[in-house]
Amino acid sequence: MTKATRLFLATSLASALLAGTAMAQEGEPIKVGILHSLSGTMAISETTLKDAMLMLIDEQNKKGGLLGRPLEAVVVDPASDWPLFAEKARELIEADGVAAVFGCWTSVSRKSVLPVFEELDSILFYPVQYEGEESQRNVFYTGAAPNQQAIPAVDYLMNESGVERWVLAGTDYVYPRTTNKILEAYLKSKGVADEDIMINYTPFGHSDWQSIVSQIKDFGSQGKKTAVVSTINGDANTPFYKELGNQGISAEDIPVVAFSVGEEEVAGYDTAPLVGHLAAWNYFMSIDTPENDEFIEAWHNFIGDEDRVTNDPMEAHYIGFNMWVKAVEAAGTTDPDAVIDAMVGVAVPNLTGGYSAMMPNHHITKPVFVGELQDDGQFDVVWETPGLVPGDAWSDYLPDSAKLISDWRKPLSCGNFNVETGTCGGSE
Amino acid sequence: MGAAQAYFCDGRGPMTLARLILACFFTLWAAASSAQSFDDLVKALPDGSYTDRAKVIGAITGTGDDRAVDVLEALLDGNLDVLKSNDAVVVVSKKGRDEIATDALSGEDYGAIPSRGSTKIKVNNALRRDLRAAIGTLTLSSANPARRLAAANAAFAAPDPEQLTSLEQALADETDSNVAAAMERAVAATRIADPATATETKLDAIALLGKRGGQSALAVLNPLTGSDDAAIAEAADAAVTHINNQKQLWDLAQNVWFGLSLGSVLLLAAIGLAITFGVMGVINMAHGELVMLGAYTTFMVQDAIRNSAPHLFDWSLLIAAPLAFLVAGAVGVIIERGCVRFLYGRPLETLLATWGVSLILQQAVRTIFGPNNREVGNPSWMSGAFELGQMTITYNRLWILVFALAVFVILLMVMKRTPIGLQMRAVTQNRAMAADMGIRTGWVDAMTFGLGAGIAGLAGVALSQIDNVSPNLGQSYIVDSFMVVVFGGAGNLFGTLAGAFTIGVANKFLEPLTGAVLGKILVLIFIILFIQKRPRGLFAVRGRAVEG
Repeated sequence: MTKATRLFLATSLASALLAGTAMAQEGEPIKVGILHSLSGTMAISETTLKDAMLMLIDEQNKKGGLLGRPLEAVVVDPASDWPLFAEKARELIEADGVAAVFGCWTSVSRKSVLPVFEELDSILFYPVQYEGEESQRNVFYTGAAPNQQAIPAVDYLMNESGVERWVLAGTDYVYPRTTNKILEAYLKSKGVADEDIMINYTPFGHSDWQSIVSQIKDFGSQGKKTAVVSTINGDANTPFYKELGNQGISAEDIPVVAFSVGEEEVAGYDTAPLVGHLAAWNYFMSIDTPENDEFIEAWHNFIGDEDRVTNDPMEAHYIGFNMWVKAVEAAGTTDPDAVIDAMVGVAVPNLTGGYSAMMPNHHITKPVFVGELQDDGQFDVVWETPGLVPGDAWSDYLPDSAKLISDWRKPLSCGNFNVETGTCGGSE
Repeated sequence: MGAAQAYFCDGRGPMTLARLILACFFTLWAAASSAQSFDDLVKALPDGSYTDRAKVIGAITGTGDDRAVDVLEALLDGNLDVLKSNDAVVVVSKKGRDEIATDALSGEDYGAIPSRGSTKIKVNNALRRDLRAAIGTLTLSSANPARRLAAANAAFAAPDPEQLTSLEQALADETDSNVAAAMERAVAATRIADPATATETKLDAIALLGKRGGQSALAVLNPLTGSDDAAIAEAADAAVTHINNQKQLWDLAQNVWFGLSLGSVLLLAAIGLAITFGVMGVINMAHGELVMLGAYTTFMVQDAIRNSAPHLFDWSLLIAAPLAFLVAGAVGVIIERGCVRFLYGRPLETLLATWGVSLILQQAVRTIFGPNNREVGNPSWMSGAFELGQMTITYNRLWILVFALAVFVILLMVMKRTPIGLQMRAVTQNRAMAADMGIRTGWVDAMTFGLGAGIAGLAGVALSQIDNVSPNLGQSYIVDSFMVVVFGGAGNLFGTLAGAFTIGVANKFLEPLTGAVLGKILVLIFIILFIQKRPRGLFAVRGRAVEG
């Protein structure tokens, strides 16, 4: 064992030294890691993000690179296999010496790489909406926290559509469970009674929705306006919407607002039964701003297919990448410690006509949009928050999290500071 | 929508200010529009926000113009566009692959228009509700009974006291008994919604809805149970209890139906495996991928049809079925000849090898078609549902049940009544003796495996209608398929049939009680216990053949 440990230490030391010398050389490329599944179940969502990153890196190089050095993408395939994410992350940081990693989609893959980034002190940009309840020094969360997606969407339904009964339907894993826990607490704080909330979980890839849809129909026919808040993941969505359509439930009767259904997911659907259903995101392809037009055009040119869509996690990578570029320029080095310190406070344009800023809790500010699906597979914005919403790492609606704050600026430098006891929980 | 406007007002930038001014302008303008002609109103439809459009729709309904229904229906269906060339409002319809535009006002035919030549007038959920109600008002006295029925149902879904007199009039004039029943319900719901109705009449209306309303009447009756008027509250309570009691029986029937339908999907997925695993004893982990190939064949067929012969779309599944059988069957024969045949009698190696094959097939499809879902549409006869009493039966599930049973019967016939079936059974029961009798066992092996694979392909055609067509399609069915075959008893087709339907029905009765996740786990535990007790499954094959 000791032999192995020593060998391991020696190699990691050597690679660290190598990486150090590589960085010092003028004109040597700066390596950027891309950690997205290109095979397996998650390839459907993550492959696009890999392409988006390649495009962003390509564009940055056309602008002259970074710190006078070209950027070089290092793409690895963690194959939708969670432990493999940790291995590949280690490979990127130790063997390839990347300056930062952009990657992960599912929460479990992120949880699997966290210890690696902490141990090797590197940087991860995580572009997907997630359940919150986390703030880590080495991770920058550019996707939405629950208060940047779920809660505004519920607000919209409650205030604008007069919804009184709620079905919280989700796939059975950590993101829907945590989000629904937060939403349930939030709805109750708004005076919604227990019997007006129905919570339902289904396994991954659930395809027989008959009984659940008929339950939803029952639940919705009690004389109060009902809506479904869906955290149903990926492939289970198509049969769900099809069943809704077949059983004659239209978006006018019982609208479904989804947090995991965007342009890219809809692209594989027969959209007819989905028209009018809602999605809440921080970006829609249909949003009409010059930045967005430019981005879509660049994307189409890069990918060589006019039919490809853009989506929210792509915008998150756009924001995250530009923030990293700015922070590296400000720090004058790609050294992770310096960049992490320089990141907080960096503001870059988002694609929806405003600026997003990195906050001390490593989450960003974003606008929230609610869109109604049209039959061309695009979402038409029907509501937006009045301004930018700052991402909240620890939900205010869960009693244990409400007292935690996160601030990675010195001298606090803590991801879960308990304001009641005045102590930092440290890494969990 | 007022709040939404307010949000725009404290938004960002000069863009918003312009929008605000525009919105205010249109609000003022729309308020004054009631006196405008139908033509002006239709021309104004594309302008302004959704709120403005709602007002214009209200005004259009008010004009009572003959063309109003067509315009509103086109708007509801998303077929009302504005031509970019001359700003005319047109109704767009499909003729072959071309989009044909007809002027919504004059009826002038503009012929085929380029795909980006027009902008659609958008509607949202609130507008769709308004539109349905408006169309209902306008079509109450239509000559077409189907239209009157739709109008009555729309009036029932959104009771509007102002419409009461016209509804009563329509009911009095109604000759069709079906439509009359729907109108009675609509009148009852409207009377209940009208504060001016006398208590007496309201009680009658409640009693009528309790007797005939079904599940949808609960939406009207439930709020009344909390009414201040004790008589009304009591009557509503009684009606709700009556409906709920009736519903319980129907729920039972509905669960059985759901179970049969799930069972039919399981049967389809498993029946090919009943051949390869059940009859031949090959642990074929690539079975799911053969199903997936069938689904992709369906996609290819539909794609070809969309591009070259759209009118054949309703036939796409029938065209795809034999092709899917051939494609999956051919791949099956290749797998058998190229890999499985070297591994007979070595189950562990077969398992690993076929698992490898499944990964290869998955990644191959991912490379060729991309990782994203492919769109497979439902032909019109596979969409929608019909009501049987208080049960909703969806057409796609019904046809899949029919299809599964048909495949089962055909397979049974092939196995029992044809020479190739006889040879298959002979080879699997006693290979040496079959060979002695002059049967080319190698060829029969390949054909048997091909048959199982081909049937997996057929399953793929059906599954493409209810699930995603993605490279991962097969994975979600492989475990279930093995479960069904093992539970039913390997080697016996009837076992597979009974196993599939038992698991399906058990699952659907557990699901409402325990949730989908726990329900699945309980079924699995039950099967494990059952297999402990009867290792050969429900219908065990007995005799010497089993030992060999």
